[in-house]
Amino acid sequence: MKVVGKNVRKVDGIALVTGQPVFTLDVTPPGAVVGKILRSPHAHAEIVRIDTSKAEELPGVLCILHHGNVPRTPYTTAGQGWPEPSPYDSFLFDRKVRFVGDRVAAVAATSEEIADEALRLIEVEYRQLPAVLVPEEAIGPGAPVIHDEEESRGIHDPQHNVAAAIDIRVGDIERGFTESDVVVETTCEFPYVQHVPLESHCVVAYLDEEDRLVIRSATQVPFHVRRIVARALGVPLSRIRVIKPRIGGGFGTKQEIILEDVAAALALRTRRPVVMKYSRAEEFVAARTRHPMKIRIKLGAKRDGTIHAIEMDVLSNTGAYGTHSLTVLSNVGSKTLPLYNKAPHLWFHGKAVYTNLPVAGAYRGYGATQGYFALEVAVDELAEKLGMDPLKLRLANHIRAGETSPIFEKIGEGRAGKAQVVKSCALEECIREGAKRIGWKEKHGKKTSEGRWVHGVGMALSMQGSGITDIDMAAATIVMNEDGSFRLLVGATDLGTGSDTILAQIAAETLGVAVEAISVYSSDTDFTPFDTGAYASSTTYVSGGAVLRAAQEARRRILEVAAAILGEPPESLDLEEGHAVSRGTGKKVPLSEVGHRAMYVTDQRHIIATASFVAPESPPPFAAFFAEVAVDVETGVVRVVKFVAAADCGMPINPALAEGQLEGAIVQGIGHTLYEELLFSPRGRVRNPNLFDYRIPTAADVPDIEVVLIPSDEPTGPYGAKSIGEIGINGPAPAIANAIYDAIGVRLYRIPFTPERVLKALHGKSMG
Amino acid sequence: MLKIYFELNGEPMYVEIKPGEMLLDLLRRLGMKSVKEGCRTGECGACTVLLDGKPVRSCLTFAAKIKGHRVTTLEGLGSPANPHPLQEAFLETGAVQCGFCTPGMILVAYDLLSRNPDPTPEEVREAITGNLCRCTGYVKIVEAVLLAAKRRREGVWR
Ligand code: FES
Ligand code: FES
Repeated sequence: MKVVGKNVRKVDGIALVTGQPVFTLDVTPPGAVVGKILRSPHAHAEIVRIDTSKAEELPGVLCILHHGNVPRTPYTTAGQGWPEPSPYDSFLFDRKVRFVGDRVAAVAATSEEIADEALRLIEVEYRQLPAVLVPEEAIGPGAPVIHDEEESRGIHDPQHNVAAAIDIRVGDIERGFTESDVVVETTCEFPYVQHVPLESHCVVAYLDEEDRLVIRSATQVPFHVRRIVARALGVPLSRIRVIKPRIGGGFGTKQEIILEDVAAALALRTRRPVVMKYSRAEEFVAARTRHPMKIRIKLGAKRDGTIHAIEMDVLSNTGAYGTHSLTVLSNVGSKTLPLYNKAPHLWFHGKAVYTNLPVAGAYRGYGATQGYFALEVAVDELAEKLGMDPLKLRLANHIRAGETSPIFEKIGEGRAGKAQVVKSCALEECIREGAKRIGWKEKHGKKTSEGRWVHGVGMALSMQGSGITDIDMAAATIVMNEDGSFRLLVGATDLGTGSDTILAQIAAETLGVAVEAISVYSSDTDFTPFDTGAYASSTTYVSGGAVLRAAQEARRRILEVAAAILGEPPESLDLEEGHAVSRGTGKKVPLSEVGHRAMYVTDQRHIIATASFVAPESPPPFAAFFAEVAVDVETGVVRVVKFVAAADCGMPINPALAEGQLEGAIVQGIGHTLYEELLFSPRGRVRNPNLFDYRIPTAADVPDIEVVLIPSDEPTGPYGAKSIGEIGINGPAPAIANAIYDAIGVRLYRIPFTPERVLKALHGKSMG
Repeated sequence: MLKIYFELNGEPMYVEIKPGEMLLDLLRRLGMKSVKEGCRTGECGACTVLLDGKPVRSCLTFAAKIKGHRVTTLEGLGSPANPHPLQEAFLETGAVQCGFCTPGMILVAYDLLSRNPDPTPEEVREAITGNLCRCTGYVKIVEAVLLAAKRRREGVWR
């Protein structure tokens, strides 16, 4: 390997480190106006009257949209493949508002100040409805119905506020527990947490010289934006172009169409370019969150430590709209249960429930994060009850290469899944390596104190997927220039992850050139081929698979021309260092000559290749996480001293970028484990919509982090690669929870582990 | 409208500012798009610029305040054709993911290294602690600053 497996610099790096204008709002068309959204002050209300006359009289106000003057088409804001697994329960603007912050109206005006003033002048009369903020109450008797509109489609049980439900059984769960020697049961709770990308949602929408709608957006899913905006506004898809420039972080929140539809509607109405962005406060209130969940988990095991039965019962809060409700819920089980595949008896069931709170959506980890918190805390308890080292218990039960799990077939993406055998798995090595680095043998079960600080260690395992089987599709086009350089056009969406670089590496390796010989362009629905987008840990595996195939086809065409030049059969030629080289005679010809001849000289043709790749399966990456914590027994403060992650993402295409994905995900995970949580007033208003009160980790908070990549060779992946984008966020909560237990003998089941919660638990223990 | 004189990345500027205009908006209006808005309330550091060599949050600084002063944005440090060693170090270590926090981070690091040529990892973390990054977990950013410091001491820095 010349290029793959190397830490090549990010192809978009030089633009980023020198501050070039590459983000959505860095370029605005002349004459652009500002769009702003009026938001609901009530958690649940009907709009009885809306009067925009005063606002419209304000000079500089160009247009005001509300439920009275836009099409009423139900759609989902979830940027997922078709058929969309999320319910169609959203409207551009509706007669009803369902959470504090829900859309009421939008204004386009010539300046931000005028837009703000216009929002103040819109008169809205609300009839307040009873609101429900607690999932258990939302499905209880007499709860207000949040989605009582007729037009919605695909809601599991609207009358009882159930957006989605799942019930999967394998074997005989009752028998499973009866046959078990040891049973543990526990309930873990995951609160409202948010992605907090540094760049909030933003978009520019305008009509081009041919009157087509152009949407430049900070999105992870340009092709889904095009499809969903077409549906919501009733504009033919062919009349829409979506451009994705550089993105300032997404983590799932930019897999949602929450601004493009409004900006597009305003641009169509005003015929002026419209710029919109979420303020940081709006981002906290009206972007998306992780699905808060309560997960009850029951594990049964044989005396020897073989896990025999697992039940998982999930109550997921999807907030006011059901975006990703079914698929996140499904993933709680589908991404966790196969890890312990020795258990023949499984029952996975749950509901995703509407409440009058902010809307949950896709967030890195996507249900697996919540699931692993519960599962890995329960496994720790099981180990204790069995009197076994939790590391040994996990080693005895986790899935290996060559094995399968019935769950793969039972649970897919909002439908049945597909059977698959794990073909690559280095989890055992990950566990051993991680244990060595944290000092598991020396430290576990032997808590040490320094004054008030008590130290403990804990661990957790995780797997994820690489794309969505049979659904995720990516295409790539490789175009050869006459000087022997290439353009790589991909619909794949680099949102800061480095995927453009990884895809360039895959192409460069296949074409025998340096990465510098490849210019990557991503993504533009007019000029790049289709890609489902950046989510579900799909880009390296699925988009990479497409790039590999396109590059192989381009290579074949290059060799044809080179063969004619060299007078040798194409089979005897290789591509190396920018040349076609004969293995037999050593004769060679530079690619510049090949390109030049193909374009201008003989038998002319443009060497272009396009290929598609559909995920034939979803090979899981694996990871073992280890945390050492120190708990201040007087104040309840938890400090992570050291965090180790050993991960198997197949053959890493770019190890530094893969490490970066892990490090970033781990620190996000430490954030939700120790301090992040959206807080609400009794009336459903977010109490901490700013970065001061919703604290994300700073550089000073970050512990000593060690990540190790343990390679495995995934036969279905490009150059053996699997995914790495999400898995890192699954580890911190359970590993830290288990480490706290190791330190102070108290189990915590609800994150974040704030000093108050730790103290309360400690106090409860000494009382008990 | 008020007209002010200041120095932007070494060039003299004579510009009109709007009443109450913030430095963040002025600089972006003048084409300095490296100055990023992450919050507008002083909590994220993405809008950091150097005012007479000291990091300030341009979202909290009135444009009128820079009258007669020197402002440096990331554009003033290096360019794609001629990047600054700190920019090189960020590239090399993989300290850039989405790059939205990068301008602020590099300027804060620039200030740190001009005060403290040989910082410890803790001192680097301390210096960048007001600048949020949601992508990298800070690990490689700290490495980048330490690498740049080393090169600066070795005289590779111009
Ligand atoms: S934009 Fe100025 S600190 Fe966030
Ligand atoms: S690299 Fe994305 S916020 Fe720092």
